[in-house]
Amino acid sequence: MNNVPEDLKYLQSHEWLRDLGDGIVEIGITDHAQELLGDLVFVELPDVGQTVEAGTECTVLESVKAASDVYSPVSGDVVEVNEALSDAPETINNHPYADGWICRIKLSDTDDLNQMLDAAAYTLVLENEAH
Amino acid sequence: MGKHTALYEKHLESNAKIVDFAGWDMPLHYGSQLNEHRQVREDAGVFDVSHMTVIDVRGAQAQAYLRHLLANDVARLKDTGKALYSCLLNEQGGIIDDLIVYFLDKHSYRVVVNAATREKDWAWMEQQAKDYEVRLEARHLSMLAVQGPNAREKTLSLLPSGMRNAVAALKPFTATWQADWFVGRTGYTGEDGLEIILPNEAVTVLWDGLLAVGVKPIGLGARDTLRLEAGMNLYGTDMTDDTTPCASGLAWTIAWEPKERYFIGRAAIEPLREGTVEMIQVGLVLLEKGVLRSHQVVNVEGLGQGEVTSGSFSPTLNAGIALARVPAGVSDEVTVQIRNKAIPAKVVKPPFVRHGKAMVEF
Repeated sequence: MNNVPEDLKYLQSHEWLRDLGDGIVEIGITDHAQELLGDLVFVELPDVGQTVEAGTECTVLESVKAASDVYSPVSGDVVEVNEALSDAPETINNHPYADGWICRIKLSDTDDLNQMLDAAAYTLVLENEAH
Repeated sequence: MGKHTALYEKHLESNAKIVDFAGWDMPLHYGSQLNEHRQVREDAGVFDVSHMTVIDVRGAQAQAYLRHLLANDVARLKDTGKALYSCLLNEQGGIIDDLIVYFLDKHSYRVVVNAATREKDWAWMEQQAKDYEVRLEARHLSMLAVQGPNAREKTLSLLPSGMRNAVAALKPFTATWQADWFVGRTGYTGEDGLEIILPNEAVTVLWDGLLAVGVKPIGLGARDTLRLEAGMNLYGTDMTDDTTPCASGLAWTIAWEPKERYFIGRAAIEPLREGTVEMIQVGLVLLEKGVLRSHQVVNVEGLGQGEVTSGSFSPTLNAGIALARVPAGVSDEVTVQIRNKAIPAKVVKPPFVRHGKAMVEF
């Protein structure tokens, strides 16, 4: 079974979110998502300062197999992106929940967090997909 | 559930991610496509390609039949075991399939065609065989491709002892055989290696033996990036029933001489012989970070548009690469439409990689 850390929030579309406090969150893709995509070779990051809306694409990941959109779980402004991914996209495969984070967003609406799944609910999503 | 090769359980043992390929449940990768790609470029890997179709052509008119059927000319095959790459064309000059034909003896040849085209190839070949004294037989055999700089050396001791010397002496694009074991020095990766056709009962032992000497299993994912780096066409994307060899980078496989040899499709493509082609195949290397994919639009300044026919990411060049069909007269730089951006790409002559080394500069 895939690794689903308890302290993160999730979207059904396999993104995770970590609350860093002070209205800042960090987002990435789950272990399950990286496994589905296979070896990543290119990450098209958002721009710092860019405004993103909850449920819309903010990043494109390309594996040898296919291109895939990453959806922002929240609305807000991108305050930092993980530049290291440009030269080492495989970091997402190797450490999806740590060094493989994609960007940090300053929330414009903290209610967005309440719409997200906790680890138990996301684990159910994965179990249903497996059947 | 799809069809299974004799090695299906072995693939599961090696943790294969299984996908459907033309009705067959085949390994996409065994963990990491990139590692598998590098394994073949640097050492040796084995592919289960038992889904491909082996058709033996026998009879007094086997040669006459194949000279009519194929755009390349089997009369060029003078030595036993010699192989020839050819297109199988329809009357309009479109490509029904690409294949390899081996010369066995005066009255027999072995043809290896793609898995996805098996039914239509067989129907077409049977239909054309009616006018000839010839018999077609689809063989139910397994097939492994062992590829990489160390592939031949690692495979040799695992072959039936009676054929080891002959295999060791094989020149590129030739084959040797003993009973139902058939070994050719051919492949689809741009590396040295062997393709081995053998009885289903023997394939598991050979597979286990190869893994035991450090040859790693390689999935269809890496097979695609390896063949693309090698500049080899993929049937169904780089060439189809609607594209001619001339528009698919395969003019070199047409045997125009002797003039009196009529082959199927000749009348349709003869006008293209003297260079009135509108579209040609080229290689592209993306000049910024990214990945090329089939069907992306290629903008050719002053000449119009072309299309990526197959693209991916080259692990060896660490860049996006592609085969593309573009207007003839294209210069050495184009742009490719990727999402909402036009990214510059250099036009190159494939192959991109051969024997582990980059063959293009960008």
